[in-house]
Amino acid sequence: MTALPVPYRVVARWQETPDTRTLRVEPVRERLCPFVPGQFAMVHAFGRGEIPVSASAIPIGGGLGFTVRRVGAVSEGLYEAGPGDTVGLRGPYGTGWELEKAACDDLVVVAGGIGLAPLRPLVRDAVADPEPYGRLNVLVGARTPADLMAHRETGLWRTAYTGVTVDRPGAGWSGDIGFVTALLGRARFDPRATTAFVCGPEPMIRATALRLAALGVPGEHIRVSLERNMRCATGHCGHCQLGPLLLCRDGPVIGWDLAEQLMTVREL
Amino acid sequence: MTTKQAVRMAVALPAKHRSRLMNTAREARFPVGTRLFEEGRKADRFWVVRTGTVTLDMHVPGRRSAAIESLAAGELVGWSWLFPPYLWHFGAEATTPVRAYEFDALAIRLMCDSDPQLGAAVAQWVGQVLAHRLTQARMRLLDLYAPHGSGPPR
Amino acid sequence: MAGTATTAVLDRAGLDALVAALVADGRTVVGPTVRDGAIVLAELSGAGQLPYGWGVELDAGRYRLVRRDDDAAFAHSGGPQSWKAFLHPERERLWSAERAADGTLTVRADRAEAPSYAFLGVRPCDLRAIAVQDRVLASGHYPDSGYRERRRRAFLIAAECTEPAGTCFCVSMGSGPAVDDGYDLALTEVVSAAGHRFLVRTGSAEGERILTRLPRLPADAETTALASAAVRRAAERMGRAMPPVDLRALMGASLEAERWDDVAARCLTCGNCTLVCPTCFCTTTEEVTDLTGDHTERWQRWDSCFDLDFSYVHGGPVRASARSRYRQWLTHKLSTWYDQFGSPGCVGCGRCIAWCPAGIDITEEVAAFRAESSTPREEAPQ
Repeated sequence: MTALPVPYRVVARWQETPDTRTLRVEPVRERLCPFVPGQFAMVHAFGRGEIPVSASAIPIGGGLGFTVRRVGAVSEGLYEAGPGDTVGLRGPYGTGWELEKAACDDLVVVAGGIGLAPLRPLVRDAVADPEPYGRLNVLVGARTPADLMAHRETGLWRTAYTGVTVDRPGAGWSGDIGFVTALLGRARFDPRATTAFVCGPEPMIRATALRLAALGVPGEHIRVSLERNMRCATGHCGHCQLGPLLLCRDGPVIGWDLAEQLMTVREL
Repeated sequence: MTTKQAVRMAVALPAKHRSRLMNTAREARFPVGTRLFEEGRKADRFWVVRTGTVTLDMHVPGRRSAAIESLAAGELVGWSWLFPPYLWHFGAEATTPVRAYEFDALAIRLMCDSDPQLGAAVAQWVGQVLAHRLTQARMRLLDLYAPHGSGPPR
Repeated sequence: MAGTATTAVLDRAGLDALVAALVADGRTVVGPTVRDGAIVLAELSGAGQLPYGWGVELDAGRYRLVRRDDDAAFAHSGGPQSWKAFLHPERERLWSAERAADGTLTVRADRAEAPSYAFLGVRPCDLRAIAVQDRVLASGHYPDSGYRERRRRAFLIAAECTEPAGTCFCVSMGSGPAVDDGYDLALTEVVSAAGHRFLVRTGSAEGERILTRLPRLPADAETTALASAAVRRAAERMGRAMPPVDLRALMGASLEAERWDDVAARCLTCGNCTLVCPTCFCTTTEEVTDLTGDHTERWQRWDSCFDLDFSYVHGGPVRASARSRYRQWLTHKLSTWYDQFGSPGCVGCGRCIAWCPAGIDITEEVAAFRAESSTPREEAPQ
């Protein structure tokens, strides 16, 4: 059966950054199978179309959170959706972060811009159940202080190290200034026993993964989430190919051991 | 020296060179707002931060100083002391209370001159720091988090 | 099925009876017929519409119908379409949705009911292509229900190749000119002094059932021998050949080859090759709304990796250059298809060669990549 969008009602929304909002949705009747952090849904804006969006909240009580940045017709439609509106969801699709495989390791979570969205449920899980893991590090980079999503929540997470840095501080910012990779030098982790989770713009992912690898983190322990055009999310439309991978099926989260050679071929 | 700082400097400096450098270090404390140095002045010292944050800035007439980058524990503050004309390129301010190891630039340069091995190791260390900062600065130039990534569509 | 296969001989009247029986069963019979200067696939009401006496002359960027000296019906090779036009149609509605005044959303799967197709004259390469698309669209975690249903109901009558074209290279891809499995009935056309007839063998229970309803003769030794000789001769007359290399490894190692610039200078990125290719499956989706804005439909249509929008992510296309788009198509077809679906995506039908307006020849390109990849080794000190 080709999946149909399942109606979910928007129950709340909040502004994350000047062009990004998070929608909290609840099933109208039928509900989708549970999501794991890192997986995505095809989110349908009525009359506009569907886009892939990673779950940015997977509350225990049910419902889901999706964070959308206003960049195209569909994301604009979702951005404008408010409480009471209905969106269609298909999913969950793709691979997750696989936090459970990082047991005993130090955790290094690196987010660029709204790349924090798919990482947020992972961090929440690690904060809620820290026992199996070593030290948790959360590193966030953004353009300006206003572009920091979930800034207050980030500050509340109990971690070994939380670093937040911006490119352009503006008045009133007393925090760090610089690119997110600078924070790697301040985080607390043993590279040989670390699993890293990285999401953001592709050059930021490459720079971060290369730095982590140079510090000694094994490639298969650097998990990155990639973005490509997706139409079906079920492996049939061909749009999300990255070399041998169908990112809707084999991704979006893949290991740097696999990603490195693919991300360094131009226009692959 | 804490383990962490040892690790940071150890990345580029072999232990014997590191300890020679550390033997010359003084402990320094800077209250919030202290100016460590000013653009265009003589670069006669440098620091490795132990705790706190130092922010590099540049003076822009008619505006408050533009903050460029913040440096935290384990990081090198100042490199202009290594290259002629030994003048600071930026300003630096303690944005939190700062504890740091302070080094005398002239003394270190003389040590490097008399011991080419030490000189090469120090140049390698500072070079690596600069290479990372250059990469980071270039990444920031891309403005990756802007609405359309690194600029307008092709 | 080979062990239990029944063989028989049909004459032209037998073929007429076959089409009539399939139509009587309520099937939509599709087969080759002459239209618009080509042999196209279209719905047939009788076997008389088959291209009796027509052949084709193919070369890179060239397709011509030619009159034959005999009345053969299947003495041609793949035309501009393939069976995917029916199993995986160019445009299909996936679902529609209504939004009520109170905002309630109702989503309906309203794909049209799948017809029961009977495909008459499926070439071995195309039979292989159907198997390839089966793996892409009908297997895996999320089978395409529309495709799977049309496929499940389809009755396949293969026609072994006796007259390969100048663009054919199925032998080198291991997909022809004989068929081994995946059909309900397989025909081999024989035209000789003894008459025009078709050796038929069954490949499924449904094929057996149909065959028992047809006027037929037992398979005689002469017809059987002529049929296998004709197929054997066809294998020796392939117009082209894919170089005998590990295509998966060669193309996987050629991502930065210089040849891409050479082919990109000729490629018009028109996407013809993806449209005529019997395995290319890529689609995109579009949203169609009515004027009230409360009814919306989700349509799927063929897409091509040569289209600039194909790889669009917010900001721009990932594959902007012609080089990268041709590379995507060729490396997918010959290399990464294995990683994704466990087989190559090329079956050697030659359509992409014939229908390329620039005459780009996939076998020639692969030979060039092979030469480029082996150059450094040849220059290595002895």
